[in-house]
Amino acid sequence: MAEFKKANSVGEWLDQRLNTTMLTKVMMTEYWIPKDINFLWAMGMILAFTFKILLVSGIFLLMYYKPDVNMAFDSVNYTIMQEVGYGWLFRHIHGVGASLVFLIIYIHMFTGIYYGSYKKGREMIWLSGMLLLVLFSAEAFSGYMLPWGQMSYWAAYVITNIFGGIPLIGDELVVWIRGNFYVADSTLTRFFMLHVLLVPLAILGGIAFHFYSLRIPHVNNQKGEEIDFEEEANKYKAGRKKLSKVIPFWPVFMAKDVFVLSVFLFFFFYLVFYHYNFAMDPVNFDPANGLKTPAHIYPEWYFLWSYEVLRGFFFDIGPLKAADIGLAAFGFAQIIFALMPWLDRSPTVAPASQRPYFRVWFWIMIVILIVLTIYGKLPPTGTNAWIGFYSSIAFILLFLLLPVVTSKEAAVTKGAK
Amino acid sequence: MADKSRRAFMGKVLAGTAGVATVASLYAMKRTWDPLPSVVSAGFTTVDLSPLEAGKLSVIKWRGKPIFLLKHTDDVSPDDSRDIVTQDGRYTVVIGLCTHLGCIPEWRESESIFHCACHGGQYDIHAKQTFGPPPRPLDIPPFAIKGSSIVLGEEGPEYKKMTTQA
Repeated sequence: MAEFKKANSVGEWLDQRLNTTMLTKVMMTEYWIPKDINFLWAMGMILAFTFKILLVSGIFLLMYYKPDVNMAFDSVNYTIMQEVGYGWLFRHIHGVGASLVFLIIYIHMFTGIYYGSYKKGREMIWLSGMLLLVLFSAEAFSGYMLPWGQMSYWAAYVITNIFGGIPLIGDELVVWIRGNFYVADSTLTRFFMLHVLLVPLAILGGIAFHFYSLRIPHVNNQKGEEIDFEEEANKYKAGRKKLSKVIPFWPVFMAKDVFVLSVFLFFFFYLVFYHYNFAMDPVNFDPANGLKTPAHIYPEWYFLWSYEVLRGFFFDIGPLKAADIGLAAFGFAQIIFALMPWLDRSPTVAPASQRPYFRVWFWIMIVILIVLTIYGKLPPTGTNAWIGFYSSIAFILLFLLLPVVTSKEAAVTKGAK
Repeated sequence: MADKSRRAFMGKVLAGTAGVATVASLYAMKRTWDPLPSVVSAGFTTVDLSPLEAGKLSVIKWRGKPIFLLKHTDDVSPDDSRDIVTQDGRYTVVIGLCTHLGCIPEWRESESIFHCACHGGQYDIHAKQTFGPPPRPLDIPPFAIKGSSIVLGEEGPEYKKMTTQA
């Protein structure tokens, strides 16, 4: 048995039993972050914090929410909004948080793409991040169903129906997922379970894995420079802090992170108190009605781009049915970002601004995503339908062309260097 | 050596038991998500079509789905592969869910079309798709003709004839 001496302080007592000194070093004071980064590197911590806000506000909502088709709508719109002390606050925090978490996820994701932080050993960071995007999407979708308003109901209807497009088992699968022939009480209760337990558990695991996957390849930097972390860490520990290219996660990097987080929280609570309406669709304040489709169905803003890809193909092409092409394109859009590390054929890790071809590719992609997002909200008629069609095509072509663009670029820049 | 084969044997037993338990658990979990027997058996709905007014759409609910009932006016060309014929006339009886993504189309009497607001799909009076993303006509629910009434959920000879034609 290990020998335990009498401890002289609580800290020492814990250190003997839990090795807290070593733990602090590994996780905080000797976890090295490059100096050459900017505020965009704070998005991860903002996401972790926003998730925490969602978790806490969700716990308070959970105490009054009733997952039953006859009670759900009133438990949210009457009990929580009007009776529970500060219930409105927790609901608005939860709704605004759900929206902003996607804003930050997208910034985080496009920062990664812009700086090439998904290759040369960082592939697992990228993949675990994409897994988290899928999990957050599942969380957002299942949560959107819970208030049981018209948009909740019809979003649930349309999204579960998408599984009907799977060959052979499609129709039975839809009934199985819903637990009924239509979106019903069984659907609400099972998605309630997913929203409050299974998916959050998976997200917690995903976040832990995402952090861990950073550990060996380390955080990228503004120039894409390859840093010898051990050597730079030694410089720092030897007191040559100015010369060293790295800083410890705690307290140096976190000081900066907390500043950016504070700025974000001002914005967050400004929205919660003064502009929460953008996250509260008016149509969803009508109780769910399975016999009356709202005139116009659209998802929340963060799903609009992939929704537009889904409905962009509105006519049959040869033997292919419009709905099947749309479904295939939608499937393509869902997985294609995860393949970035392999679609980018250039070994260069550098910001897009220093990559002649990739720079152009990156900004075209951003523009197309914005166009898809805007037209995803508009009714798909006349010109709108054609803009949706062409931008969906452009989106797919863009990713099919990425390997060509990046190999060409690699050939050109190699010649230059 | 004896030790080794004993461990290998124990390993196989463990793997086998765990495998069976996993399959059994997955089956039980899958069954938990199946529709309940009360849900499955719910609903053989009898509807009397004789009071319907030609050209005006009626909507009833069957197994949680809207069912469109539309009596044809005399000038509508007959379509035996789609129309339900009773002693009182010809009817369009379909599940009122767009075959694209399940929204409920609206009946526009003046244009004689069903129009789906979600993605712009259109169907003619026989509920056959004429424009937009719908991959097939609106589905005809299983029915059996009983005089001037129909029973939804029961597969009568007319329904079977219709489905074998298609």
